[in-house]
Amino acid sequence: MALLIESIVKVIVVFGIFLGFVAYMTLLERKVLGRVQVRYGPNRVGPYGLWQPIADGIKAFFKEDLIPANADKPLFVIAPMISVAAAICLIGVIPFGDKITLFGHTIHLRITDLDVGILYLFATASIGEYGVVLGGWASGNRYGVIGALRAAAQMISYELALGLSVIGVIMISGSLSLSAIVAKQAHVWNVVYQPFAFIFYMVCALAEINRTPFDMPEAEAELACGYNIEYSSMKFALFFMGEYAHLIVVCAVATTLFLGGWQGPFLPGFLWFLIKTFVLVFFCIWERGTFPRLRYDQIMHFGWKILLPLTLANIVVTAIVMVV
Amino acid sequence: MLRAYLPILILFLVAFGFAAFAVVASYLLGQRKPTRVKIAPYECGISTPGYGKTRIPLRYYTVAMLFLLFDLEVVFLYPWAVTYKKLGLFGLVEMMVFIGILLVGYVYVWKKGALEWD
Repeated sequence: MALLIESIVKVIVVFGIFLGFVAYMTLLERKVLGRVQVRYGPNRVGPYGLWQPIADGIKAFFKEDLIPANADKPLFVIAPMISVAAAICLIGVIPFGDKITLFGHTIHLRITDLDVGILYLFATASIGEYGVVLGGWASGNRYGVIGALRAAAQMISYELALGLSVIGVIMISGSLSLSAIVAKQAHVWNVVYQPFAFIFYMVCALAEINRTPFDMPEAEAELACGYNIEYSSMKFALFFMGEYAHLIVVCAVATTLFLGGWQGPFLPGFLWFLIKTFVLVFFCIWERGTFPRLRYDQIMHFGWKILLPLTLANIVVTAIVMVV
Repeated sequence: MLRAYLPILILFLVAFGFAAFAVVASYLLGQRKPTRVKIAPYECGISTPGYGKTRIPLRYYTVAMLFLLFDLEVVFLYPWAVTYKKLGLFGLVEMMVFIGILLVGYVYVWKKGALEWD
């Protein structure tokens, strides 16, 4: 019973904070992109545009909710729910701080610690891909179907390299539990042992969440938005939130696997975790303002012919170095 | 260790509950005046002849099948990686043989042109 109450409180608190981060992620991205392009970004709603996400959220609720005539209605409604819910569920296994003592209870700053944490992350992220693919397919729109197909092919291609890139970390840590992996990095971060794996992971993660050099599934110029072309009102906002939630989570996972998680001197653990995660999030926004979009054949070539052999080579080299 | 999964179950319920709440609330709050043009597929130019279920290039199936093969390889690498420190040299040789066999297939697929997207 105590476990149940503790779990419910933890889940609701973390969920609320995370939702706030996701909302303000949209503002951060628009602000930073604005600065990259030498303009201000949103600054009219509240001081520094700080109420913009709230205004956007309220607007999304009151917009007209259109379902196209030839859409597959149940799938069309379920797809954005899958997309956002799977992205939110990813935070379940990420440790974001040391244990603290509150009212005589010792509380670990994480929702739970699974023995197969990394497998859980990949499995749940794969469920999120269904949201994108089903959404595009159910729209009954050609652009949507093409976007969904591209998303499916691109995500499964980069999922291979993503899965291979973290194996080096697992070999060093000898565990799939994220808490154990963080504990192993008390003195030296994994990025020191696995610098290439870190780069491969970030590249694959950007492709996984369909972000700019790899945002082929929603290429505005040729697909007019791709898989979410027919979506409006809150359903569109849910896709959007799912994307940003996923972005924050992949950066948090990169922090946990490679940058020592919440560990750091002087400041409390969760602050270090937030700092490291948001440095990576900032990098993701920055590169969106910098890189042009790749062509689709370039993306597939890069995933299958370059990243896959390189990540395999990284595993082989790690294995040999660890034995010798 | 099923107790560790209880918070995950609660998280799933909260996340899907939130998503369902958002969809239902916008359904109730937003106005709906659909017209024939509004619910037509979003395309430009003349009225659309087709209904979106276009034919799919065969390359996508190839990618899906290759993904199955190589993803199984990744799945086998995970338990190996966890126990690698205990296995030592034996584990190294075993996995080199395994990866070697898969590399033969990878080179074959490459030479056959299955990875080309012209």
